[in-house]
Amino acid sequence: MQKSTTKVTILQFPGTNCEYDTQHAFEGLGATTEIVWHKSESIPSDTNLLVVAGGFSYGDYLRSGAIAKFSPVMKAVSEYANNGGKVLGICNGFQVLTEAGLLPGALKRNDGLHFISKHHYLKVHNNDNIFLEKLDNGDVINIPIAHHDGNYFIDSEGLKDLYDNNQVLLTYTDEEGNAKNPNGSVDSIAGICNKQKNVFGLMPHPERAMETILGSDDGIKMLQGFLAE
Amino acid sequence: MKAIVNISLKAGVLDSQGKAVHHALDSLHFSGVDDVRVGKQIILKLDTNDKTVAMADVTKMCEELLANTVIEDYEIELV
Repeated sequence: MQKSTTKVTILQFPGTNCEYDTQHAFEGLGATTEIVWHKSESIPSDTNLLVVAGGFSYGDYLRSGAIAKFSPVMKAVSEYANNGGKVLGICNGFQVLTEAGLLPGALKRNDGLHFISKHHYLKVHNNDNIFLEKLDNGDVINIPIAHHDGNYFIDSEGLKDLYDNNQVLLTYTDEEGNAKNPNGSVDSIAGICNKQKNVFGLMPHPERAMETILGSDDGIKMLQGFLAE
Repeated sequence: MKAIVNISLKAGVLDSQGKAVHHALDSLHFSGVDDVRVGKQIILKLDTNDKTVAMADVTKMCEELLANTVIEDYEIELV
């Protein structure tokens, strides 16, 4: 694997449980990584990508991601994002970023009320961003989902904004790319970005799709988008 | 005084839990129920007895933490 000069910083809250998978995935692609505890008031200055990893920060108390947004490190995260730094929120990380107001909308309880843990097909909607640039629009990929509160909601005005600015990144589909909605998300949306296209959030777990022997390696192309050549 | 905060999903936001409870009530033959909404209640014990101050404080708490106003409404009752 080609060595990258990219430094990936991964946040860890009490209850985060995907930080080591995320670290393993990025290191496998040649990146340097560092896990940063939520009490830290700064993030490493050489960070090229900040990942808010999956899990159950603060036990999902009150609402998923609601308490984590007040952790000391989140001020640094907001500053980093507002200065154009690249931020990726996976699963609980996506919930934290919406709660923190860095991404629009909110994640509600799944419509079926069940925790869903399985591989799911996703369709690429907009690849004109660093996250999905190694994929083509219309590509169907297979990535695991594992969430209880993955039901993306945004009001109709916000939804129009997302489409107008090409912020809808991924939708849930079947193998042929037809809409298939596991959790009730508005328009089957699985992942979005902010208007400036430097903050990304998705419920599926690309870091768990890095090896065919584990069901899929479709996550590689997603995470590779963040790596310097 | 105490503040009782009732938080529920906004009208127009599908309440899956309310729907599930409604189905369960139907299956128990409670036929007179038109709609069910499930919310949560947060009770705060405050060190002030000034209603204006309490209302202002609790409103701020709701906006910043207790409710996610993208999907939820809140009502504050002071007792």
